[in-house]
Amino acid sequence: MSLAPPQRVWWKPLGRTERLWVTLAVLWAVVLFLMMLVWGAVGKQDTPVETYRTTTQQFTAVTDEFVKNYQVGTDKGVPVVAPPPGGDAYLRASRWAWYPVLELKKGQTYRIHLSSTDIQHGFSLPQEVFSLNYQVLPGYIYVVTLTPPEAGEFPVVCNEYCGIASEKVGHHSMVGKIVVKE
Amino acid sequence: MATQATAFRTCPVTGFRVHLPAQKLVIVNAVAGVLALTVGGILALLIGLTRWQAVHLLPADLYYRFVSMHGMTMLVFWMVFFEVAGLYFGSTVVLNARLVKPAIGWLAFVLMAVGAVLADVVMLVDKDSAIMFTAYVPMQASPLFYLGVILFAVGALVAVGLFFVTIVAAKVEGRHRGSLPLVTYGLVTAAIIAVFTLLGGAMAFIPTFLWSIGLMAQLDPETYRNLFWAFGHPAQQVNLAAMVAVWYTLATLTTGAKPLNEKLSRFAFLLYILFINLGSVHHLLVDPGLSSPMRIFNTSYAMYLAVVASMVHAFSIPSAVEVAQRAKGYKGLFGWLIHAPWKEPGFAALAVSMVMFGFIGGVTGVLQGMMQLNMLAHNTLMIPGHFHATVVAGTTVAFMGLSYYLVPLMTQKKLVGMAWARWQPYIYGFGLLLLISGMWLSGRMGVPRRSWDVFNFGGAPTFGTDAFNAASGTLALLGIGAIIAVIGGGIFVVIMVSTLLFGKKQQG
Repeated sequence: MSLAPPQRVWWKPLGRTERLWVTLAVLWAVVLFLMMLVWGAVGKQDTPVETYRTTTQQFTAVTDEFVKNYQVGTDKGVPVVAPPPGGDAYLRASRWAWYPVLELKKGQTYRIHLSSTDIQHGFSLPQEVFSLNYQVLPGYIYVVTLTPPEAGEFPVVCNEYCGIASEKVGHHSMVGKIVVKE
Repeated sequence: MATQATAFRTCPVTGFRVHLPAQKLVIVNAVAGVLALTVGGILALLIGLTRWQAVHLLPADLYYRFVSMHGMTMLVFWMVFFEVAGLYFGSTVVLNARLVKPAIGWLAFVLMAVGAVLADVVMLVDKDSAIMFTAYVPMQASPLFYLGVILFAVGALVAVGLFFVTIVAAKVEGRHRGSLPLVTYGLVTAAIIAVFTLLGGAMAFIPTFLWSIGLMAQLDPETYRNLFWAFGHPAQQVNLAAMVAVWYTLATLTTGAKPLNEKLSRFAFLLYILFINLGSVHHLLVDPGLSSPMRIFNTSYAMYLAVVASMVHAFSIPSAVEVAQRAKGYKGLFGWLIHAPWKEPGFAALAVSMVMFGFIGGVTGVLQGMMQLNMLAHNTLMIPGHFHATVVAGTTVAFMGLSYYLVPLMTQKKLVGMAWARWQPYIYGFGLLLLISGMWLSGRMGVPRRSWDVFNFGGAPTFGTDAFNAASGTLALLGIGAIIAVIGGGIFVVIMVSTLLFGKKQQG
């Protein structure tokens, strides 16, 4: 009876099957733990950890500067910006847009700086299977190092609830764009 | 002492001595829980039918309000009200003891009820206060929202305190001798986790409240996230520990199972207390500002040790059932399982809860809580897919199973609709299986959680995408699952309400 007090002496050794089960479970936990270190050391899919403090004013200024220097066009009123290959790119989240549109080259590595100028947002880059997701906070820069493996147009979706103005404009309409050219 | 002696009755079925003031509090908290479950369930149906994009029932504004209310009502109000009922039950009836100060219990109840109603009403009437269960700073709700949450948490903390005092009093007054029964021990685990959970909640919500009324300047969003998840996830660990205690209860009530090894089961509960709080860092795996060693230590080391605890229970409970069944003469490799009381609602609930919690909730949790995979799952529908398997298919099903025994015992009324109760856990579990599969498979395609429109993005976005159109089938599965699950949940609510209102009075 698990509802009754146990017998006076309940500190008993484990049975054979219990010992086996617990040993296997602990070993498996150790393997999983070590694999985390292994993935970190040899895997190439680690979560980026390069982050900086910033202020919303500072990040706004840096993004504006970035757009001024590398703008190559506009798309639906949003500047299209092509950062130098191998260089830094800036993507600013604010209610309810991603700014600007980034134009990257296939096979080149970029450092994409993510931050927000108002509240929390979520950077989500959907793929055919799975998506890449990072939390975007005001006051913090998250640097994602990224090498686009294929050309095409990729949406950036906000996946942290950030309020709505109306049915048409709000969290769910906050979609940006990254263009990858050959 | 004479007045106290008359405050007890002896249950003729179970032989428990029931303290009448405690009985009232158990009933009132359980009823509040079922009420919250009903509200949350209606919202669940509406939300599910909105995420099913072909139906897309609610307008955007109501959708976000209802998701906010649904999260808070289910994850906090339903769970905690029911757990408080469980704590009073486990510290009085199970120990043949008295509830020390029923008045304090009523104070806790009033605080919790006022807080719950306040928070829900504010989210319902004020669009800007519907900022989701997580209420991430610097999004700001009305001060009344934070006040509601704080009142509820204070009430819960008072109830947990009363639980501890009642157990100590049972010892001191000699009403209970020796070690605590395993179920009460499990509830103590839940209560200890609840204390540091609620302290985490206080550290998150009290500054936020002060900020909302202008007494504090800007709050740091990452600090808030850190503190919030010291509340948000351990709160689910309270549910977990309480659920495991309920599993042991249901195994005993339906098959007469006896814990195989008290030492091992108790040690497993201890692991929950020690490690799960650190494991909560898995919510911050793709946040800026944290180092890799910190993420790896907390999520791998600490989380896996808590998972080992769940593995122990996953072995101990079915084995205990097997031993009890074999003692009744059922032989063969699976004879004990085939002849298990599948038509007993408590056993059905135990089976559904353990299988779905373990194989779906636990597995997705370990996977998605790992650093690299979290990057793929964060804030997609894979996340609600995981936690609907744990807190709904796991905890809620277990609590429903327990209610089929707790409510007749406490109200001295015969359960109405036993035939329906036999099927209820299976119907509910099947609906949840579809719902969870729909969520998880949609999330695997990148479909974000908490988004009103993933096909047309409100109809006039600057840039749209057809990236999620492939998820139309799995989103339909989500909607159909929600309908079936809500029917299953509705059957439970109808059985409970009918028993309370029309149940035949039993001796006692």
